[in-house]
Amino acid sequence: MSFLTIQDLDVRLRGSGQRLLRGVSLEVAQGQVHGLVGESGAGKSMIGKAILDVLPRSVEIAGGRITLGETDLTALPAKARRHELGQRTALIPQDPLTALNPARRIGGQITDRLTRVLGWGAARADARAVELLDEVQISDPARVMKSYPHELSGGMRQRVLIAAAFAAEPELIIADEPTTALDVTVQKQILKMIAAMQAAHNTTMLFVTHDLGVVARVCQRVSVLFAGHVVEDADIHTLLSVPGHPYSQALLSATPRYDDPRASLRPVPQSVIDATRAEAEAHDV
Amino acid sequence: MLLLRILSRLLSIAVTLFGVALVVFVVIRLIPGNPIAMMLPPGATDDDIARLTALYGFDKSIPEQFVIWLGGVLQGDFGTSISLRQDVLGLVLGRLPGTLELAGLALFFAVLIGVALAIFGTIRRGKKTETGIDIWNGLTLSTPDFLWGLALILLFGVVLQWFGISGRVSPQLDLPFVTQFYLLESLARFRLDLTADLLAHMWMPALALALPLSAMIAQVLKVSLKEVMTLDYTLLARTKGYTERQVIFREALRNAALPTLALTGVQLTHLIGGTVIVERLFSYGGLGSMAIDAVINRDLPLIQGIVLTFAVIFVAINLIVDLLYTVLNPRLRHG
Repeated sequence: MSFLTIQDLDVRLRGSGQRLLRGVSLEVAQGQVHGLVGESGAGKSMIGKAILDVLPRSVEIAGGRITLGETDLTALPAKARRHELGQRTALIPQDPLTALNPARRIGGQITDRLTRVLGWGAARADARAVELLDEVQISDPARVMKSYPHELSGGMRQRVLIAAAFAAEPELIIADEPTTALDVTVQKQILKMIAAMQAAHNTTMLFVTHDLGVVARVCQRVSVLFAGHVVEDADIHTLLSVPGHPYSQALLSATPRYDDPRASLRPVPQSVIDATRAEAEAHDV
Repeated sequence: MLLLRILSRLLSIAVTLFGVALVVFVVIRLIPGNPIAMMLPPGATDDDIARLTALYGFDKSIPEQFVIWLGGVLQGDFGTSISLRQDVLGLVLGRLPGTLELAGLALFFAVLIGVALAIFGTIRRGKKTETGIDIWNGLTLSTPDFLWGLALILLFGVVLQWFGISGRVSPQLDLPFVTQFYLLESLARFRLDLTADLLAHMWMPALALALPLSAMIAQVLKVSLKEVMTLDYTLLARTKGYTERQVIFREALRNAALPTLALTGVQLTHLIGGTVIVERLFSYGGLGSMAIDAVINRDLPLIQGIVLTFAVIFVAINLIVDLLYTVLNPRLRHG
């Protein structure tokens, strides 16, 4: 029984009608971490934005259904959908340097979902924020709550954003390349932290990344995307050991390996790219 | 460190005011027109002219006159008005509140209209409403304040005859005021009948002054708002369940306000400059209409006093804008 279901999701550019997502379908079970991998422009982030109803204005959903638990999100009127999503889902954004409002203190940015959307009192929300900052291992939470974003490091800000995402105990979290903008040394810590938080809160998670190493660390299932089309959907062990689709195989052998740093990297062959593109576009008719 | 910044700021203010005083003093003495000649009846003897000239110190060289005048100003003596034969400081302080209240009301209108149009245009961005707002802004921006004044007089004063078009307050009213800040004092005394009468006189000149500024605020704020609405933290705010309006008010407005604030500060000085002609148009008893009389009468001490007062207002506005900037942008607070 899946918790998040996407059926035949079509997303197009307004006006030209160019297809950005081509009949994407995927199912995520409750409490699972589902990875979305692919090169840039493959449409991985677009899926997350479509679920959260924050697609750019130039883009529209042209067809398909997104179901969260029992709720068909695509059938809800715009305002109700925004409200429902605000209560049940959260986003861990890609770039912690731009995702916090520079003019507001950290505390408010963690608690505003609690106070503004869920109607908590300020004292209760503040206590919860301190608890969460403790959980993401920020020392002196009280001081950090009073700080402005520019007073914190990138790693600290990403922890704050993780705390904010978990604040209202959402049922679904979409992590959109949450470690890409960070230092390599910080990446690992943050990744560990997200995995630990996800396990502790038993949150369903959609994990968008271009990094197969990250996928191997946190995900149970993976969808591989190319040109807005899911080329393979497999559990993580299958994908890493016996990838089914030629594109997945090529992507895997293009990943640098720590255990054999001298092995030469093989770029994805043009023939595989062409064949996969043809397969994706075959969906258009 | 902070003390040093305050000191350097005060020094720059002093230099600015000194510069203004010097330029005005010299320029109004170089342009043609003799204030003494305007005061004497026809047929005055050369002796009379010489005595009066000496009385007002106009027989001395310009640098000498400047030093004497500046020495007086530093002790709070701005000289005596030639045409009104009264103390300049008293005259200016008597008229200043009227102008400040008018400019304040105009600023209030401009911000209200400008911010409302900017927010409305941002919510409806890319739609016909936004185009309509752009056209309206183009129209209000390209029409100068005195033309708006004339249009309002024509419409509400002449055609519809809903409002009086002259003065600061109805002359038949018995005014209990002890200060010249009529509007504020009427509110403080809770004499709302007087407030209503004052506003009925003030709203047209205030709106005429406000419209061009409101268009500038609307355009600049709308551009910044639209930009901020594409940033990551507004996207994050949307995922929190905020409506578009909540995103604007809680997340975007404060960050988008900075460029608008700087612009409003600069343009507010233009607005106050505009009071000179708009006050005249509505026979509003403020500093601006006094300035025009002073220039016509070649009343040099009064002109100097009024211009210096305007300069002090402009410097004060700049100071306030800088302070607000630090309040709105926490990153400016240290360093």
